[in-house]
Amino acid sequence: MTEPVDHPAARALAERHRLRIWEAIPWLLALGFFFAFPKHLGFGTELLVTVLFAISLDLVLGYAGIVTLGQAAFFGAGAYTVGILAKQGIWHEPITGLLLAALVAAAVGFGSGLVLLRTQGLTLLMLTLCTMALLEEAANLAHDYTGGFDGLDSLPIAPLFGRFEFNPLYPTTQYLYVLAVLFVCFVFVRMLVYSPFGQSLRGIRENMLRMHAVGAPVRGRLVLCYTLSAAIAGVAGGIWAQANAYVNLGTLGLDRAATVLIILVLGGHGRLYGAFIGAVAYISLSHFLARIYPTAWQLGLGLLLVVIALFARNGILGIAAALRRPAHRAAS
Amino acid sequence: MTFGVDVASMLLGGVAAGMVLFIVSVGLSVTMGLMGFVNLAHGGFAMLGGYAIALAMRHWGFGFVSALVFGFVLTAAVSAVLERVLYARLYGADELDQVLFTIGLVFMMIASVTLLVGPENQPLALPSFLRGQLDLGILQYRAYSVVLIAVGVVIVAALWLGFERTRLGAQIRAAVDNRRMAESLGINIARLFTITFAFGSGMAALGGGLGAEFLGLDPQYALKYLVYFLIVVAVGGLGRVTGVFYAALLIGVLDFALKKYVPQGGTAFIYALTILLLLWRPQGLFGARAT
Amino acid sequence: MSTPPLLETRALYRNFGALAAARDINFRLEAGARHALIGPNGAGKTTFVNLLTGVVRPTTGAVLLKGRDITGVAQAERVKLGIARTFQINRLFRRLSVLENVYIAVAERVGAAPSMFRPAGRRRDVVDESMRLLETLKLSGDAARRISELPYGRQRLVELAIALGLKPEVLLLDEPAAGVPSAESHIILDAIDRLPREIAVLIIDHDMDLVFRFAERITVMVSGAVFATGSPREIAAAADVRAVYLGQASRG
Ligand SMILES: Nc1ncnc2c1ncn2[C@@H]1O[C@H](COP(=O)(O)OP(=O)(O)OP(=O)(O)O)[C@@H](O)[C@H]1O
Ligand SMILES: [Mg+2]
Repeated sequence: MTEPVDHPAARALAERHRLRIWEAIPWLLALGFFFAFPKHLGFGTELLVTVLFAISLDLVLGYAGIVTLGQAAFFGAGAYTVGILAKQGIWHEPITGLLLAALVAAAVGFGSGLVLLRTQGLTLLMLTLCTMALLEEAANLAHDYTGGFDGLDSLPIAPLFGRFEFNPLYPTTQYLYVLAVLFVCFVFVRMLVYSPFGQSLRGIRENMLRMHAVGAPVRGRLVLCYTLSAAIAGVAGGIWAQANAYVNLGTLGLDRAATVLIILVLGGHGRLYGAFIGAVAYISLSHFLARIYPTAWQLGLGLLLVVIALFARNGILGIAAALRRPAHRAAS
Repeated sequence: MTFGVDVASMLLGGVAAGMVLFIVSVGLSVTMGLMGFVNLAHGGFAMLGGYAIALAMRHWGFGFVSALVFGFVLTAAVSAVLERVLYARLYGADELDQVLFTIGLVFMMIASVTLLVGPENQPLALPSFLRGQLDLGILQYRAYSVVLIAVGVVIVAALWLGFERTRLGAQIRAAVDNRRMAESLGINIARLFTITFAFGSGMAALGGGLGAEFLGLDPQYALKYLVYFLIVVAVGGLGRVTGVFYAALLIGVLDFALKKYVPQGGTAFIYALTILLLLWRPQGLFGARAT
Repeated sequence: MSTPPLLETRALYRNFGALAAARDINFRLEAGARHALIGPNGAGKTTFVNLLTGVVRPTTGAVLLKGRDITGVAQAERVKLGIARTFQINRLFRRLSVLENVYIAVAERVGAAPSMFRPAGRRRDVVDESMRLLETLKLSGDAARRISELPYGRQRLVELAIALGLKPEVLLLDEPAAGVPSAESHIILDAIDRLPREIAVLIIDHDMDLVFRFAERITVMVSGAVFATGSPREIAAAADVRAVYLGQASRG
C-alpha cells in the first residue's frame, strides 16, 4: 500500500464533491417561498419545473458539450406519456406515472441519441431540431390520442399517496411534490457530474479527439449521458403535465427548447446551480414583464442574449466567478 | 389526362415554392459553409427584407421590381454592418455562442418589427401583370408561379456563372474547401466574408419578398420557416450553390405534393426523410464527402 | 520463425484524394526500442502515426501488434492494447486542471471512468497515481492550474503525462518539443530520456541532435514512403539521405 499523496491539488480533487454550506440556500429559499407566498405557488411550481428541465439540459450541454436545440422533445415525450395514460384511463398514479414518463423519454433519447450522436457540430444541431420537429408533427397527427393542436386538458391525476389532491387553484401539493422530485433528481445529477463518469464527460466536452486517444468509448458515453438527460427532461415534462393537468403541443416546440437553453446559459452552464439562477432570473422577469410588455420583453431578451454571447459567455455564475478570481490570486 | 394536368400543376407549384426556398437558403448555405457559422438569424433577414419590400410598395410608391431591388440593397447593407461589427467577433467561437447570438438577434428583429409595424400579416400586392392566369397550352396556371420559376432559373444561372466564372466566386469556392489554403494564397478572407454575407442576406430579402405571396409575411416569419431553410441547406450540402438548388426544388415539390395528397403527415415525412438522409450522408446529398 | 516484432506494418498505403500520404510502408518497432522517424515537412510522418493508432484507416495494408492484425481495431481499443501517442499540436482538456487531465487518462486505463455512483475524488488510487506521474515529470507544482493558464512548454509536458498515464507498451511521440522555446525544450527531452526501457518509443522530430543522441534506430520518410532505415551511424553516413533531408535540415 502506498501513501496517499498529500498535495493541495489532490486534496481539492478528492474533496470537490463535498457539500458546501451555501448549497442549502436554494432549498431553504424554496421552502421559504412556500410559506411566504401561498398565493403564488402556481408560479413557484412552474419555476421549479423549469429548474429541473434546465438541469437536464445542463447535463448534456454543460458537461458533455452537446449543443442541442431539441431538448423539448424529451420534455414533451414525458408530458404526453402522463397525459395520454391519464386521459385513456390507463394510469393515474403520479409517482409511478413519472417513472413511466422518464422511461419513455429515455427510450426516445436512447433511440435518437444512438443515431444522432454519430454526427457533430452543425449536422448534430440540425438533427436535434429535426427530431423535435418530427415528434411535434407526430403529436399533431395523432390527435385521437394527443388532442392534436388543442392538447389534452383536465387530466385525471390521482391524489399523491392516495391522499393529497392536485388542486389547480391551490397548488400546495404540486409545489411540494415538484420540489421533492427536483431534489431527488438534483442529487442524482450532482452525483453524476462529480463521478469519474462526469469527469469523462467533461473530457469529451473539452477535447473529443483526445478522449478517443485515451481509449474512452466516446459515443457510448455520450449516448448514455443523452439518455439520462432525456429521462430527467421526461420527468420534468411529466410533472409539468401532472401539476397543470394538461398537455399541449407547446411542450414539444422550438420555443420551449430555446427558452430552456437561454435560461441555462443565462445562469451559467456546466455549473450545476446555473439552472437555478437562470430560471429564477428568467421566470421572474418574464412573469412580470412578458405579460405587460411582451414585445419589449422579447427585444430586451434578444439584446441580453447578444450581449451574453459576445461578452459574458459563462452567464451570471461565470461573471461571479470571474469577479472572484482576481481577488483569489491577489490573496494567494 | 386530368391526372397529367394535376401532376403538371403540382410540379409547377412545387417548383415555384422550391425557387423561393432556394433564393432564401442559398445565402445561408454559403455563409455556413464558408464561415462555419450557425446563423439562425438568416430567416430574420428574409423577414426584414420582405417588410422593406412590402412597405416600399405600399407607402413609398415603389413598383414591384424597384421595391425588390430596394429590399435587396437595404438588407445587404444592414447585414454587412452587422457582420463587421458583431458576427465577425464570433467566427471560430463555440457553436453555442453562435446559436445564442443569432437567436438573440432574431428576437430583436421580431420585436423591432412588431413594435414599428405591428404583429399582423403584411399583404404584398402583386402588380396586375403578375396576377392573372397564364395559358401554358395543356393548362392554365397562375402567372406569378411561372414568373417565379423564370426568375429562379435566371438567378441560379447567374449565381452559378458568378460562382464558377468570376474571381470572387473562385475565391469563395477555395475558401469553402480549404480556408487556410485560401488565406495563404493571399485571399482577403475578412472582405470575402462580408461580401458573401451581405449578398446572402440580400438574396434572403428577395426571397422574403417574392415568397410573401404564399409564405405570408409577419414578424414570426423569421423563426417559422427556419427549420425548412436549415433542412434545405443540410440536404443540399454546405456551401454548394447547385446542391442547394436541387435540394430546394426537391423539398419544394415534395412538400407541395405531400400537402396535396397526404395533407396530414406531409411535414412529418419531410423531417423523417431529412433525418435519414443526414444519417446516411452527414454532408448532405450534394456536399463533398469529408475525408 | 522468431517472435514477431512489437509493432509492425505491412505494405501500408493511404491516399488522400490524389495524394499518396503513405506508400508501401513496411515498418518494425521492436520491444523497448528507441526509434526515430524523420523526414521533411509533409513527408507523412503524422499520417503514419495516425495509421498506427487507428485515427486514419489505411487504403490497403495491415498493422500488426505482437503479430496480431489490428488493422480493423478501433482507436480506443488500440489504446487498451497498449499503444499511446502524443500529438504534434496540443490536444488537451484546456479548461480542466493539469491533475484532471491526467486523471481522465488514468481513470480510463484502470477502468474507473464508467463509474457513476461515487465521487471521482474517492478513487484515491487514480488521484494518487496521477499525482505521482506529475511528480516524475516535475509538474506537480502546476497540478491545480488550468491548462489554458500554462505556458506552452508545460502544456507539452502534460501531453506526455497523459500518454504515460495510459501505461503504454508503445509510445508514439509526434514532435514532442515542437513549438517549445529551445531554452525549455531540454526539460521535455530529459523526461523522454528517463522513460523506462519497457516502453518502446517511436519519436518524430526535426532536431537532429536529439534524434542522433536518443535513437538507436532511425527511419527516414520522404513523400509517404520509407526512404532508408538503419542505425544512426548508417543513416548519418548515407550520402543519399543527406542529400534529401539532412542537407536541407542543416541548411535550413
Ligand atoms: N486528413 C487529411 N486529408 C487530406 N490530406 C491530408 C490529411 N492528413 C494529412 N494530409 C496530407 O498528407 C501529407 C502528409 O502530411 P503529414 O501531416 O503526415 O506530414 P508530416 O510528415 O507529419 O509533416 P510535418 O513535419 O509538417 O508535421 C500532407 O501533404 C498533408 O497535407
Ligand atoms: Mg507531422
